[in-house]
Amino acid sequence: MNLEFTPEEVAFRKEVRAFIEENYPEHLRGVGAREDLSKEDMLAWHQILGEKGWSVPAWPEKYGGTGWTSTQRYIWSEENARMDTVMPLPFGVSMVGPVIYTFGSEEMKAKHLPGIREGKVWWCQGYSEPGAGSDLASVKTTAVRDGDHYVINGQKTWTTLAQHADWGFFLCRTDPNASKPQEGISFILADMRTPGIEVKPIITIDGGHEVNETWLTDVRVPVENLVGEENKGWTYAKFLLAHERSGIAGVARSKRGVEKLRQIASTELLDGKPLIQNDDFLSKISQLEIDLTALEFTELRTLASEAAGKGPGPESSILKVKGTEIQQRLTELTLEAVGHYGHPYFRGFPADGSNEFPIGPDYAHQAAPSYFNMRKTSIYGGSNEIQRNIITKMILGL
Amino acid sequence: MDFNFSEEQTMIRDSLARLLRDQYDFDTRRKVVDGDAGWRPEMWQQFAELGLLAAPFSEEDGGLGGGAIDSMVIMEEFGKALVVEPYVPTIVCAGGFLKHAGTAEQKSEHLEAIIGGERVFAFAYAEPRGRYDLFDLETTAKKDGDSYTLNGHKAVVIGAPWASHLIVTARTSGDRRDKSGISVFIVEKNADGITTRDYPTVDGRRASEIYFENVSVPAANLIGEEGNALPLIEQVVDEATAAVCAEAMGAMGVAHKMTVEYSRQRKQFGVAIGKFQVLQHRMVDMFMEHEQSISMTYMATLKLDEDEVTRKKAVSAAKVRIGQGGRFVGQESIQIHGGMGMTDELAVGHYFKRLTMIDSEYGNVDHHLRRYTSLSAGELKVAAE
Repeated sequence: MNLEFTPEEVAFRKEVRAFIEENYPEHLRGVGAREDLSKEDMLAWHQILGEKGWSVPAWPEKYGGTGWTSTQRYIWSEENARMDTVMPLPFGVSMVGPVIYTFGSEEMKAKHLPGIREGKVWWCQGYSEPGAGSDLASVKTTAVRDGDHYVINGQKTWTTLAQHADWGFFLCRTDPNASKPQEGISFILADMRTPGIEVKPIITIDGGHEVNETWLTDVRVPVENLVGEENKGWTYAKFLLAHERSGIAGVARSKRGVEKLRQIASTELLDGKPLIQNDDFLSKISQLEIDLTALEFTELRTLASEAAGKGPGPESSILKVKGTEIQQRLTELTLEAVGHYGHPYFRGFPADGSNEFPIGPDYAHQAAPSYFNMRKTSIYGGSNEIQRNIITKMILGL
Repeated sequence: MDFNFSEEQTMIRDSLARLLRDQYDFDTRRKVVDGDAGWRPEMWQQFAELGLLAAPFSEEDGGLGGGAIDSMVIMEEFGKALVVEPYVPTIVCAGGFLKHAGTAEQKSEHLEAIIGGERVFAFAYAEPRGRYDLFDLETTAKKDGDSYTLNGHKAVVIGAPWASHLIVTARTSGDRRDKSGISVFIVEKNADGITTRDYPTVDGRRASEIYFENVSVPAANLIGEEGNALPLIEQVVDEATAAVCAEAMGAMGVAHKMTVEYSRQRKQFGVAIGKFQVLQHRMVDMFMEHEQSISMTYMATLKLDEDEVTRKKAVSAAKVRIGQGGRFVGQESIQIHGGMGMTDELAVGHYFKRLTMIDSEYGNVDHHLRRYTSLSAGELKVAAE
């Protein structure tokens, strides 16, 4: 047992740090990942990494993966968090990509994997429905075979960033008479420009447009867009969810968030002195940082056991629960730190192009919206209660 | 980065687990802790024979060449079986002082006897008014020619009734809360002027109040530098803290397992209570606390040899989480066991009691949260300058 980095790992850190510093787009530095960035800006770093061959580190090497060890991947995420880069979006890279290379046909792999890898094709996830959130298996959207096509009808919701999407992956019921709700579901890909697909914005409590309703009316999709076998979609959906959970801990990003919080607290005053000198506030930061350390080492242990040949297992549920709790507490403390200037609401900020002098310090603008927005984290990806159900069943055996 | 145990460590774990399963079951333990002696010297001998007492010492010092990770492995197993024998006071504390600062004479006088299981130590550091501050000392040691004269009162010295020797912290100069002027001594417990009052503790161990009245200690028994021993004491106490964290993670794991098992057997309203989601989620939260305690114990143990600030922050972070996790797991174990959890007959209550006492050993949650915070503030100050 030891925590040392090998000379190779130290050299690797140097290499990736230099690459990020040299190649990360100038105009995105210090901006961070924000839902109001343009599509081009959100894809910029992904495309640069695609050219370098670093956009899909976790994929098998034959599909463009880097073959990095878990420690190298940990270093990679730390170095990206250090520069607050806008990382490749998960929908292609960590969700549908692994499903396609694991269960898809050779034609499907050849058609879709390069676009995902290079950041040329934007994907969205058609899982949840108005009546199927945590109870995902109760999907009602249907896909009916008609010659060489499936005809899809139904409604999806919470489709994240679908307003930019080129392609989507959808869970559809292909056998309405299956004996269990999990059976009779298929995993189908669709070009978002297909007639009959309509994307309508849902404005969330932070005022942002991040999620959408996706309506599917007589959408005709070629049968070769079916992934794997018909009616086996639930297996692929669960596989995807396990992949989605790993990496959801967001340790490196949260560490960076704690640093930013400390900076804010050194500027804000309490009793005429920097907030950072207040014992009560400091002990909240300490507790957060300690819990983050516990999460970090739990993730490192999980990575080590994955490296020893075990895939992402039910333990990744701990990372999801604790990781999202910490992300939420971080935004909660940040909002607390900014005090009065958490109140002003910048509708459409900053896309309205206004030149007016902003109200309050820059770091305060996003404090309340981020706090509101991060409430989603304990709901998405299988709510934290669902994660507890998974641990109950898979680990406690109850 | 590597989280694997060495072959030797795995061997130690397996043979110790076997020994404890065969000879340290709950009923046997209860008879022992309720008996006159309160411990089993013959069990201590078996620990010596298994090499447990030699494990964390270098080969040069007569040990097996291991370190803190070996102690962690051992303490986790001890935690699972609620072992009362004084591994932390004798091996981690006394052994630690000798290892880090002992003279050649002191090592040859004591280490062989410790490793062989013939000599048991207790660590007399706490005082009635000092709470968790290691420097808050009213016990004095006055230099007097070739010896020191000790006066004072040491509180709740764990394992002292079983010990022949003590490690004593005392003030050789300065005022009660000064950080300098502190020294460490090896003292024979039967020295003239020492009186003790022995008693059992709530978690099945034994301890003493120890009174020193003009106790003469040879100058050769001073460990480390006179008047400048606080950093050494802090280092050894950090090592001991990491060791009790490992014990807590062992105890938490068992308390959780027992609770899950009980929820499978116990029926109410016609179903096993483990079928109730409200209880399931609480047991998942216990599981997550246990897992995070393992992570924090590994982290702290692996950072014991780093620079002082890193080590202290790591140990305090671990002790905070273990204190909180141990309390949560302990309390939930009792609650989910219902009335049965309240009975002395069931083992689970004894795990709860040990976990509760571990929180206040070597500083509780609040103490370590404060220490962590002041170290972070110190780091920021240095960075700003």
